[in-house]
Amino acid sequence: MGGSVLSIKDLHVEIEGKEILKGVNLEIKGGEIHAIMGPNGTGKSTLSSAIMGHPKYEVTSGSITLDGENVLEMEVDERARAGLFLAMQYPSEISGVTNADFLRSAINSRREEGQEISLMKFIRQMDSKMEFLEMDPNMAQRYLNEGFSGGEKKRNEILQLMMLEPKIAILDEIDSGLDIDALKVVSNGINEMRGSDFGCLIITHYQRLLNYITPDHVHVMMQGKVVKSGGPELAQRLEAEGYDWIKQELGIEDETVGQEA
Amino acid sequence: MTTETKLPFDQEYITSFSKDMNEPDWLTELRVQALEKADALPMPRPDKTKIDKWNFTQFANLLVKSEAFASLDELPEDVKALVNLEAKDSSLYIQRNNKPAYISVSKELREKGVVFTDIFTAAREHGELLKKYFMTAVKSDEHRLTALHAAFMNGGAFLYVPKNVEITQPVQAIFVHDNAEANVFNHVLVVAEDNSSVVYVENYISTVPQADSQFNIVTEAVAGNNARIQYGAVDTLAKGVTTYVNRRGIAARDARIEWALGMMNDGNTVSENVTNLVGDGSYGDAKTVVVGRGEQVQNFTTNIVHFGKRSEGYILKHGVVKDSATSIFNGIGKIEHGASKSNAEQESRVLMLSEKARGDANPILLIDEDDVTAGHAASVGRVDPLQLYYLMSRGISQAEAERLVIHGFLAPVVNELPIEGVKKQLVEVIERKVK
Repeated sequence: MGGSVLSIKDLHVEIEGKEILKGVNLEIKGGEIHAIMGPNGTGKSTLSSAIMGHPKYEVTSGSITLDGENVLEMEVDERARAGLFLAMQYPSEISGVTNADFLRSAINSRREEGQEISLMKFIRQMDSKMEFLEMDPNMAQRYLNEGFSGGEKKRNEILQLMMLEPKIAILDEIDSGLDIDALKVVSNGINEMRGSDFGCLIITHYQRLLNYITPDHVHVMMQGKVVKSGGPELAQRLEAEGYDWIKQELGIEDETVGQEA
Repeated sequence: MTTETKLPFDQEYITSFSKDMNEPDWLTELRVQALEKADALPMPRPDKTKIDKWNFTQFANLLVKSEAFASLDELPEDVKALVNLEAKDSSLYIQRNNKPAYISVSKELREKGVVFTDIFTAAREHGELLKKYFMTAVKSDEHRLTALHAAFMNGGAFLYVPKNVEITQPVQAIFVHDNAEANVFNHVLVVAEDNSSVVYVENYISTVPQADSQFNIVTEAVAGNNARIQYGAVDTLAKGVTTYVNRRGIAARDARIEWALGMMNDGNTVSENVTNLVGDGSYGDAKTVVVGRGEQVQNFTTNIVHFGKRSEGYILKHGVVKDSATSIFNGIGKIEHGASKSNAEQESRVLMLSEKARGDANPILLIDEDDVTAGHAASVGRVDPLQLYYLMSRGISQAEAERLVIHGFLAPVVNELPIEGVKKQLVEVIERKVK
């Protein structure tokens, strides 16, 4: 069985009437790891939110398909069950709902009634993944993200990724606010997922994460578009030289989009 | 303005009722005096809810005929679910309408000198002890409903924990309402003497789907120095039951009173939950969760009053309102002059699930002392769309995501209930009511 294909074509997205994405083209296949880099305010997070279906973002034109299915016609939960996953930059806190109950609901949402995961099997899986991510076992019974530190939230996003095993995952600034040890743990989690059935889009503005996860493709976003694509060597050049050379090459003065000066 | 109301039962009736019950003279006297005052006393005025059209005074029956339960096997299924039938040695009182219908007192309680009995037996057999506390936290002349309560009291329970006695097992009371014409004036008195501790859990449960009844409930919880009372309650009275419920605690020095109240009635309800932190270093924690549905109107006032120095009071109220229901949440943290180094915190949150639902959260801090800390948070709104987005982004359907958020929102009280059957029942009631 081959991997899935997430295909984004000429995507235009607005938030509160302001156009942020101005024609993004991208294709992510199972087995591939893509990294989108770029300075702040260039539309990277908007792309991830639009793919998942954040209620504030409106797609005005273009298409997103997963294995040929129109993602834009799906509700958020349908997108997830179709195989998409977004590790969020700012995960919500949900009081009164334990991490374990939430994850079990999420797993069972992918299963038929009567075919729910057994409690024992679930606990075994969750325990082993939490151990892998060096998480405190008590976090299973804590309320979802409530009072979690920044690093705990990021680990918890990766825990969900590992438990839900999506076809295509988008990781929105999963590296922000992580110290070097946590960054290694999170990277291990993502590398553990690597395989022909798993495609990944990593959004970051630091090259640091890519020292631990080697991407197959690197893209640079500016002004709401992908302006440059290449291999891992592109990330290394960005680390060494910054973004100015790209701006010069393309004649861009202000790389941001939709921001007031 | 006082409205002219003729009370349905007169002094003669009350006196003979009291005599029939073999009540001590002081109690007969207290009833008669309360009845005399009732007419002249004003109705309570819950903030932001008009209750002058509610019927609290006119009813046909003070007693209905109910049989006792010979064993737990005879309990209705809904009631059975609240009881741990496996437990061989539990402390459980069941009342059926006005009738003390079942009691068991554990060996632990008996050996430690704890009194746990229905209120009538308490009056007969522990009259002096009862007299010392009865209607001292809630006075019969506060307003017309407390006066009527004292005059017409026709049920209730007494739990007395002597000095230095710590009870490990929760003590349970179930007030079953299975006659649509029953009116219940229930009095629960929990006394924990110095250095004692007790966990008490009660259910008010209608097994009739609809009724034309009144419940006038007063609880007094008295915690002596360094005593601890954990008081759990789940009220599930039927549509058509008009409820006035007043649960009040008094905490002496270093005492703790912790309330966990699941207010799930389907009829109109006025609830007052007051904790007087009288002693230095005393602690009050009042958690309330509420679901309002249909046309019901409810008013919940939670009040923690700080008199003692270094006293701490925490109010948490979470309510869900749907259909055309109205729920008013008044939270009052009051720090009296002299209660220095005290801390009053409160949080009131209301989730509205429909256009016509009305919810109102009124946090009030009244502070008469400089050297204190206090804080409040209040919100009225809908289920947070970003929370739903987050849950749905993991594959959970919108309906299930909403269910999870609502259950989480109402969890603070569920988690405090120490009896598994009662906890489970509250979860199921919430499920049924928010659906």
